[in-house]
Amino acid sequence: MCTTCGCHTPLPAMPAPLPDTSWESRLVHLEADLLASNDAQAARNRQLLQRAGVRALNLMSSPGAGKTTLLVETIRRLQGTMPVAVIEGDQQTRLDAERIEATGVPVTQINTGKGCHLDARMVHQGLMQLPLLPEGVLLIENVGNLVCPAAFDLGEHHKVVVFSVTEGEDKPLKYPDMFRAADVLVLNKCDLLPHVRFDVSRALDYARQIRPDVQIFQLSATEGSGMDAWVDWLRARVRA
Amino acid sequence: MHELSLALNARDIIEAAAVREGFARVREIHLVVGELSCVEPEALRWALAEALRGTCAETAEVKLRIEAGHGRCPACGHEAAMQVLYDICPACQQSALVAQAGTRMQLLDLRVE
Repeated sequence: MCTTCGCHTPLPAMPAPLPDTSWESRLVHLEADLLASNDAQAARNRQLLQRAGVRALNLMSSPGAGKTTLLVETIRRLQGTMPVAVIEGDQQTRLDAERIEATGVPVTQINTGKGCHLDARMVHQGLMQLPLLPEGVLLIENVGNLVCPAAFDLGEHHKVVVFSVTEGEDKPLKYPDMFRAADVLVLNKCDLLPHVRFDVSRALDYARQIRPDVQIFQLSATEGSGMDAWVDWLRARVRA
Repeated sequence: MHELSLALNARDIIEAAAVREGFARVREIHLVVGELSCVEPEALRWALAEALRGTCAETAEVKLRIEAGHGRCPACGHEAAMQVLYDICPACQQSALVAQAGTRMQLLDLRVE
C-alpha cells in the first residue's frame, strides 16, 4: 500500500454480475380444463336464452341423416304458433341455410371452415344476429358429425341426435359419446323400414344401453309420420 | 378436428398465464388426457404445434400423460378398469359403468423461464 500510486484506495465496487437465469426454470401450476372457455361461453349463451325466454335445441347427426329436412318440416308445423329462429352450421356453402330461408323464418349461417363442430363462441355470434322472441324456439343445426360436436356445450337446453334407419343399428355403440350426450333421439326415415335391414328394437336397445333415460321419437320427416308427437313435445318444452 | 379447438384454448390459457405470472418462454407443457375423453393424443400434439406457433410456447416440449379409465357400477357398486365409456358392469351385467377417472383433459402445469 502506498500513497503514490493510489493502490490504497479500494477499487470501486464492480456491480455484481446478474445471475445467469437462462437455465433456470420454475413450474406454473394451472390445472386448467381445456374446455373451460367453451363451457363459460356456453353458460353465458344459456343465460341470454333464458332471459329472452327462448328454448334452444342442438341437432346433431352424421351427414345425410336428414337434419335439414327434419328442420324444414318442424318449422312448417310450428310456424304461426310460436317464433322460430335457426342457426345453420356447415363447413362450406349456404345450401342448407337457403332451404331454411325458403320457409320464411330468420336464419343465420355459420361456416366452420375446417372446424368439424359448432362451439359456444360461434353460437353466440349467431345469437347476436337473430331476433330472440319470448316463448320461441331456436333450432341449431350442427355440422354433420357424430364425434366432435358431442364435447361442445353450446348453451342449448336439449341435445338431439338424429339417427336414420339407413345407418347401422350399432351407431349408438360406435359413437357412445354422442349418444350419451344427447337427451333426445329422433329415429328418422322410418318410411324406409320396409326396404332396409334395420332392427328398430335392437337399435333403440343399444341407445338405451348408452343412455337409459333418452327420449325417443320415431318418425319420417319426408312422409310426416310421427311428426306430431315430436312437434307436440317441442311445443310443451317451450311452454315449460 | 376438435383437438384444434382444444389446442387454441390451451394457447389462450398459456398466454393469459404468461401475462399473470410474468414469464417469457415456456419450456414444457404438461397435459393430462383421459383414456375416456374424446381426445386423440397424437391429433392434440399436432394441433398444439399449429396453435402455439409464434407464441412464447412455440418451442415447448409437450409432455402428455394418459390417465387410465376407471368406473363404478351404479347398480352393484363394483369397480373396474374401463377402456371405453359405457362398458356394461362385468360383475352384475345390469348397468353401464359410470366413469370415475379417465375423462379429464387438462393443462396441468407449465415449466417456464
